[in-house]
Amino acid sequence: MAVPHKSDATRNKATQDRLGAIDLPEGGFSGAARVSAMKRLAEMGMPVRRDEYWRYTDPADLVRAEAPEAVVFHGTDPQLFGQVDRVTLVFTDGAFDPDASDDPSLAGVEISRLAVADKADIHWARDLYGVLETRGQTPINRPLAALNTAVATDGVLIRVTGRAARPVHLIYNHQSPTSDVMLHHCIKVEPGAELTLLETGPAAARLNMVTEVDVLEGGRFHHVRAQGRDHSRRAVTHIFARVAKAAQFKSFTLTVNGVLTRNEAVIEIIGDDAVAHIAGAALGDGVDGVFHHDDTVFITHDAVGCESRQVFKKVLKNGATGVFQGKILVKKDAQKTDGYQISQALLLDDDSQFLAKPELEIYADDVKCSHGSTTGAIDETALFYLRSRGIEREDATALLVLSFLADAIEEIDDEALAADVVARLEAWLARRKG
Amino acid sequence: MLEIKNLQVKLEEEDKAILKGVDLSIEAGSVHAIMGPNGSGKSTLSYVLSGRDGYTVTGGSATLDGEDLLEMEPEERAAAGLFLAFQYPVEIPGVGNMTFLRTALNAQRKARGEPEISAGDFLKLVREKAKALQIDAEMLKRPVNVGFSGGEKKRNEILQMAMLEPRMCVLDETDSGLDVDAMRLVADGVNALRGAGRSFLVITHYQRLLDHIKPDIVHIMADGRIIKSGGPELALEVERNGYADLLAEVV
Ligand SMILES: Nc1ncnc2c1ncn2[C@@H]1O[C@H](COP(=O)(O)OP(=O)(O)OP(=O)(O)O)[C@@H](O)[C@H]1O
Ligand SMILES: [Mg+2]
Repeated sequence: MAVPHKSDATRNKATQDRLGAIDLPEGGFSGAARVSAMKRLAEMGMPVRRDEYWRYTDPADLVRAEAPEAVVFHGTDPQLFGQVDRVTLVFTDGAFDPDASDDPSLAGVEISRLAVADKADIHWARDLYGVLETRGQTPINRPLAALNTAVATDGVLIRVTGRAARPVHLIYNHQSPTSDVMLHHCIKVEPGAELTLLETGPAAARLNMVTEVDVLEGGRFHHVRAQGRDHSRRAVTHIFARVAKAAQFKSFTLTVNGVLTRNEAVIEIIGDDAVAHIAGAALGDGVDGVFHHDDTVFITHDAVGCESRQVFKKVLKNGATGVFQGKILVKKDAQKTDGYQISQALLLDDDSQFLAKPELEIYADDVKCSHGSTTGAIDETALFYLRSRGIEREDATALLVLSFLADAIEEIDDEALAADVVARLEAWLARRKG
Repeated sequence: MLEIKNLQVKLEEEDKAILKGVDLSIEAGSVHAIMGPNGSGKSTLSYVLSGRDGYTVTGGSATLDGEDLLEMEPEERAAAGLFLAFQYPVEIPGVGNMTFLRTALNAQRKARGEPEISAGDFLKLVREKAKALQIDAEMLKRPVNVGFSGGEKKRNEILQMAMLEPRMCVLDETDSGLDVDAMRLVADGVNALRGAGRSFLVITHYQRLLDHIKPDIVHIMADGRIIKSGGPELALEVERNGYADLLAEVV
């Protein structure tokens, strides 16, 4: 259980204000988890800038009761992953849109929604809802995730019993400039089962999303998401994953734009020979206002012979800020651990900044762990090489940005999905020449 | 075609003169070779001609078909028909060789007001050119120069040259690191491009390449100047006696 923060006036006020504004849903099967989350929340309090874990990112806009407004962005991009044969579920400002969604029946998968299923007693979901989130509160408090468990009104509950015939695609539209949305997803991948989850879109003016993913023995979970082009949106997302014996968890996130994004991933590897990969590519241009992107990752190895990889790349310009906090914790008995972490930023000018805090904490003696973090500019020699072949400076720069991001994109196993992501990157770069 | 007159160049960052008055005139359709001791300024000349940052031109001129090269951006020089095969080709992870070639080709076409090449025509062209240089399909798919052996990188430079069909080709030690067979391939690649309109400036340390690519004129560069020019026999002389006698002559 989380350690209560030392009480202080700022935190107390933030906590009071926020908790005072909560209208706790009754929530059927999730009711007990919600009450417990409220209690935990009252104990730990809301995060404040002074917290070590929020040193590089000011949580104020994610905490306060009223969501700051966010201009709705009207793009003309075709739907990302639109050519993929998949099952789509659409949420607009957090509200499920049945007319825009596909029929969710899919071989190998049971799909329901929190808002509906809450009235029924779905045993598997009851045993997951708020459970991984609670585990993820040790050793570090994650109050915004507890807040989500307490308050979330909807989300999807996916139980994967076989090899899902098609990916499930959650589409998050944003139409109201003041929408303040909390979604909570629970995904259980049964032994030997496999699912690809796609997520796209900004979702809201302010989004707080929690995804709990339990991958059981030999299960596989692939995740590719893109967080929408809205410039002034804010988001805090948490993925809590538990990975069992010989299971695989792989997640990739593309972020372009957004005033404030904090993506946390808390991954617990509990079974031998399991694999967990988490990757991200973020592109930020401060020319439209603030761009602040924070990836915060905590991977715990608690089993033998497991592999984890963190690959995070950020491309920053015009005063954009990138943050990476990544930790690998290898417990005493987690021998033969192979842990890898790389975080890199490409700064396209002198105004942008990258703040990184890579950490290793290792208690086992037979492990292979490495971490690296770099901040660099465009390689002038490579730029000249491309230009000497007739490629204009800006196009050459775009190629080098793609080159820089390639390691992160490679973490997407599916080639068609990776190609879609690359096409988005290329479009972003083409719009932001110079 | 290429006219270099009294070209003087220093490093941008420090007050160090590298080229101290280079004169060179290469007429259309001819092949010139430059030899010279390490550090004499051969690569610097090739970089300054193609527009690399880091150098300051303190005097003289360089024109391509009468156009002032030194005023142009590197990409403009390429579009004008200049090509440099690098002494050390650059690795670009994550960018496929094919993407790179097509982007370059289309960029030059665009700059010249020509339409883009179709995907089909491009594939046909690249396959044909690659085959002649014995570059296999797998190498074409790989990221630019990544994991290529030294010799493969040099052949890849010649592939780019063959695709882009420049009029003025500068080859900076393209022969170094090549085995005998690869040298033959590269020479064949160059000879295939030889023609009335196209000129070459071949920088090399060895006579061997010049056996295959018969130069019209050989220049000796030392300490930032061309100190002697002559026929192919000059290269043979260097091969036999080194640079000592030539340098002594000048002093
Ligand atoms: N960017 C630089 N910084 C410092 N010195 C430089 C730089 N570029 C060139 N030089 C110096 O200028 C001189 C000429 O170098 P250059 O590479 O042109 O020689 P080169 O004739 O091509 O030699 P090699 O036969 O070894 O390839 C050398 O003394 C080199 O050290
Ligand atoms: Mg050289």
